[in-house]
Amino acid sequence: ITSHHITDSKPQDIMKWNGWGYSDSRFLFNKKGQGEFTGKRYRLSGMILPSLKDWFEATFGTSLQHKTPATPTLNVSAVPPPNLVEPFVEELKVAGVAASHDPEGRVFRSHGHCLHEIFALREGRIGRVPDLVVWPNCHNDVVKIVELACKYNVCLMPYGGGTSVSSALECPLEETRSVVSLDTSQMNRILWIDEKNLTVHVEAGIIGQDLERQLNESGYCTGHEPDSMEFSSLGGWVATRASGMKKNIYGNIEDLVVHIKMVTPRGVIEKSCQGPRMSTGPDIHHFIMGSEGTLGVVTEVTMKIRPLPEYQKYGSIVFPNFQQGVSCLREVARQRCAPASIRLMDNEQFQFGHALKPQVSSIFTSFLDGLKKFYITKFKGFEPHHLCVATLLFEGDREKVLQHEKQVYDIAAKFGGLAAGEDNGQRGYMLTFVIAYLRDLGMDYYVIGESFETSVPWDRVLDLCRNVKERIVRECKERGVQFPPFSTCRVTQTYDAGACVYFYFAFNYRGLADPLHVYERVEHEAREEILANGGSLSHHHGVGKLRKEWMREAVSTVGLGMLQSVKEYVDPNNIFGNRNLL
Amino acid sequence: MASVLYSPRDPGLKKRDELEDMLEERRRSSDARHALRCYAPAVYKGLAPREVSALRGAVLQSDALQHVIGQVSAECGERRELVQEEAAHLLDEMAHRLRLGTVRFFAYVLSKVFKTLFRSVRVNEEGVQRLQQAIQDHPVVLLPSHRSYMDFLMMSYILYTYDLALPVIAAGMDFMSMKVVGEMLRMSGAFFIRRSFGGDKLYWAVFSEYVKTMLRTGYAPIEFFLEGTRSRTGKSLTPKTGLLNIVMEPFFKGEVFDIHLVPVSISYDRILEESLYARELLGVPKPKETTSGLLKARQILREDYGVMHVYFGHPVSVRSLAQGRVKRSQYNLVPRHIPQRPCLAAQALVGEAAFRLVRLQEQAMVLRPWTLVATLLLQNPDGMDLPVLEEQAAWLRRLALSFGAFLDWPDCKPCREVVGAGLALHKNLARVSGGRVRLAVAETPGVGQTAEELAFDRAVGVLSCASYRNQILHVFIRPALLSVALRTANSSRKDEVYTCFNFLWTVFSNEFILCPGASVQDFEEACYLLGKCCAVQESQQDIVMSEGGHATLAFLRALLDPFLQGYQVVCQYLCKETEENLRENKFVPAARNFALQLILAGTLKCYEALSSDLQKNALAALVQLEAVTKVKVGDQVTLKVNRRAASSLEDMLGGRIPTQKPVHARL
Repeated sequence: ITSHHITDSKPQDIMKWNGWGYSDSRFLFNKKGQGEFTGKRYRLSGMILPSLKDWFEATFGTSLQHKTPATPTLNVSAVPPPNLVEPFVEELKVAGVAASHDPEGRVFRSHGHCLHEIFALREGRIGRVPDLVVWPNCHNDVVKIVELACKYNVCLMPYGGGTSVSSALECPLEETRSVVSLDTSQMNRILWIDEKNLTVHVEAGIIGQDLERQLNESGYCTGHEPDSMEFSSLGGWVATRASGMKKNIYGNIEDLVVHIKMVTPRGVIEKSCQGPRMSTGPDIHHFIMGSEGTLGVVTEVTMKIRPLPEYQKYGSIVFPNFQQGVSCLREVARQRCAPASIRLMDNEQFQFGHALKPQVSSIFTSFLDGLKKFYITKFKGFEPHHLCVATLLFEGDREKVLQHEKQVYDIAAKFGGLAAGEDNGQRGYMLTFVIAYLRDLGMDYYVIGESFETSVPWDRVLDLCRNVKERIVRECKERGVQFPPFSTCRVTQTYDAGACVYFYFAFNYRGLADPLHVYERVEHEAREEILANGGSLSHHHGVGKLRKEWMREAVSTVGLGMLQSVKEYVDPNNIFGNRNLL
Repeated sequence: MASVLYSPRDPGLKKRDELEDMLEERRRSSDARHALRCYAPAVYKGLAPREVSALRGAVLQSDALQHVIGQVSAECGERRELVQEEAAHLLDEMAHRLRLGTVRFFAYVLSKVFKTLFRSVRVNEEGVQRLQQAIQDHPVVLLPSHRSYMDFLMMSYILYTYDLALPVIAAGMDFMSMKVVGEMLRMSGAFFIRRSFGGDKLYWAVFSEYVKTMLRTGYAPIEFFLEGTRSRTGKSLTPKTGLLNIVMEPFFKGEVFDIHLVPVSISYDRILEESLYARELLGVPKPKETTSGLLKARQILREDYGVMHVYFGHPVSVRSLAQGRVKRSQYNLVPRHIPQRPCLAAQALVGEAAFRLVRLQEQAMVLRPWTLVATLLLQNPDGMDLPVLEEQAAWLRRLALSFGAFLDWPDCKPCREVVGAGLALHKNLARVSGGRVRLAVAETPGVGQTAEELAFDRAVGVLSCASYRNQILHVFIRPALLSVALRTANSSRKDEVYTCFNFLWTVFSNEFILCPGASVQDFEEACYLLGKCCAVQESQQDIVMSEGGHATLAFLRALLDPFLQGYQVVCQYLCKETEENLRENKFVPAARNFALQLILAGTLKCYEALSSDLQKNALAALVQLEAVTKVKVGDQVTLKVNRRAASSLEDMLGGRIPTQKPVHARL
């Protein structure tokens, strides 16, 4: 990825207002009908993807003739006028906090990236949007804003990178007060680096890629790399209990955080020291992490850092089938030798990955590819419609990486796995960042889809994957979807006691009167199926408003009551009124 | 799909598939070629079929079985290896060893046998196609009705003929005593379960894991009989839920996406075991299954058994059944290989499903005109003039059809011919002489025959005939209960009629397939059906007999009469029994003897009271109604009779006193 500072107070200038990511980067089918990825930011940018069209048409039963283009520009007159509390706005101005009720900025901060949110924007439908956007510059600005919000009973909704996929950023329809979007993007400084303790103190509005790049310049990294890291913010990670691709080495956000400062209507909450572990009652950080903006605004965080790894190596393994692949990942987890990242794609995703292969530059490469295919399917007897691929990323000092690599490949061999080269692995990780752009392409041609995730004990991984995929197919069929949906999964993280599973699902909605409703029902049923099969409500996306209905079941009535009483104490007037989680 | 289980209010409207004779092809082409033809059935999800040995290994090494082996070894202090060996031994005793060679042998022999026995074997081919699809999509459980040993041979034969995956069949251990046949059956896909293994944890674990492993891997369709055993009476038996529980568990635990249960209704013009069953019901012990005994049965090959019908019902999805009823997440907190008692909701669901499935079986049983003739003859023990019989049979046909019976009555033929054909096929049961038809029972004792023997002889005739009447009872049972209730109720007020209905419904809940908890639904269905045939008129509050309803109601009451009488005899017997500690196993012979004495004395005309099936059902009802308590003393079960309760029950059944028990169900 090539980065761009999204520290601008007007990100809508370089990012799509009704789709994923940068305005200059998008998939399209060119005049020859070839797939293409535009822009210059990514390795795939500017490349032709010759197999994309065939895969796309065969998988979804679509035709490039049938287009569903998005509304090109935001119709500003459709944006409801702001409901402003004048004295509040006045006092903000006096306090020197930047604020704006420019309609474009308000619309931009009125949504995350759930399908229904983007779908509505593409159709030019604008729902409830925040009435005002404010840009605090530092912790003290936030303290002032929260004080004023309390004083004037204004509803605050913290906004970080806007990558939520849980309806967390949707303004509650029942909210009658003035809604203020508190954009943390200007609080993006690294305040200090402590090399003795290997910690960094950062303002919570910093975007993932900026944090990582700036640390790299000093020879460090946090190692926290969620798939959304180009756009998501540190404060958002804390508020949703984020997980990073390389958590096997660096840990998830809860393992990385040493200290958190949060401004609440009751005042500021923080610990008095930066001890690495404490026995001081329940960890108050755990009230903050996952609070999804319902208790306050995270302003500053102390995080662990690590020296940049000396060596990185990608890898990939082909398995004869998904079951063998899962058994291998389980064994890797049992031996606690998981690489920085290990992901297992099912067969459909493997084929999908193939569809995104750029035009090969030389005859020799294509010859090699053919040879590889021959070796795997004919010589080794792998069934092309069953085989699946794991992608790996090793990190550390060179010698250890090589040793580690051998250990993992040896385990894989026991489960029929064949090493399939570094290129395939690297391509897999590169696709991580562009895959989110694909949904916009689908939506140009009657295809809608989404991804969702869960975590599940090892012994239920296979059953859960099979049942959820099948449930999606069934529900689509029963709801009149004309063509079988794309329903696929991958195991993206391994733990001692289980794994994180990611599902992708998409379908062609031609002929459906209310595609969004069908989509929502299917997603709902898929979540029911996950829960029935022993999966969690969420591994790292969070609950937001999308999954709220299952919270009681997920944490028990007492558990929910505990969370509610915390909310009641911290924010009795529901100033942080995004109504997520509870 | 859940709605499949809940029959539409008007069963007559249900669409049924056409039936085709599958023997026709066999009569035209070579049986040997049929037996040797290429057999390549479609399998579950296109998986390659597993070897028997792989299955054995998977069961023995399964976490579930290993867990129980560990437990058993700890409990009885035996070495783990020994328990493991014991488990392997149990599995070998149980497991099938399907071999295509044996299947081909059977395909050849059975082609010959079936062509000799039956004029035709008619199958709904649409059902076969549905089954074929189901087998590829889901693990399938075949649930045939059970009237004859022929049932499972025929099932496998049909599946082989239509190139469907052969089922693995749960059979009772009693076959095992027939050495050769037992092994042959094993090689054609039967596996054997002991009749009782209540407390044997290890046996249970081996057995349930064996079944579940086959199901989870889609190894083969599993086939078993919900009724547990062959019905000797022609009525469906109260379903057993043990195996159904086992096969539904993999769905509850998320190990499979869904399981499809396929009810199969197998009906016979004539049952091979006809008089054998009647004798069994009268206490002549069932002959032990021996190979030589089976060979003696050769003579049955010489007889004409008419047409056989096999109807494959719509697959019932367990997932749809469980939708909104069973929370699968309850299994989230315990590893799935550790045995867990199913929750109450799951138990209730399985119980209910079992009843509904048996009802589906009943509803798709093809009924032949003879069953109507037999019904009429039983109601007229002194015989009927042939024209009267024909006329009444035609009337009964219309009634049965309006109640939704799956009646195979050829439209094109005159009634006389249809009735005549039935009488001809069943000439051993009914006799035509001088234009009069009556049951073929002896009038006077033969040479050297005691009065007792004569009575038994007659009873055999009556019970054989009753086994045909019983086949249509499921069509009439609800309206029949209502007809009796209408007579016994004090007024025509609906709630009072319902009280009486519900009393009878409860008493007969072991005798007929009445789904637990569905008495209100059944009452409504009965009202609807009787209203539809203009026998009753319903208003907001009342339900009364219509002007022309007399004949229908009288017929329906007469249908229940043998049961009402039989139950009263049992009550009488229990009231008169002087033995304080009546042993349970003495009950049937004693009750039979009591009934026999009444018959010999001429005070009882109802031979069906001699049936052990009826007596056992009556006892179960009495226990349920707390007129009898079972007390376990040592390993003996004795019956404690509450004479007052039994006596008042008798009076209520006889309509002498009104139904007393307040009933709390809402209308």
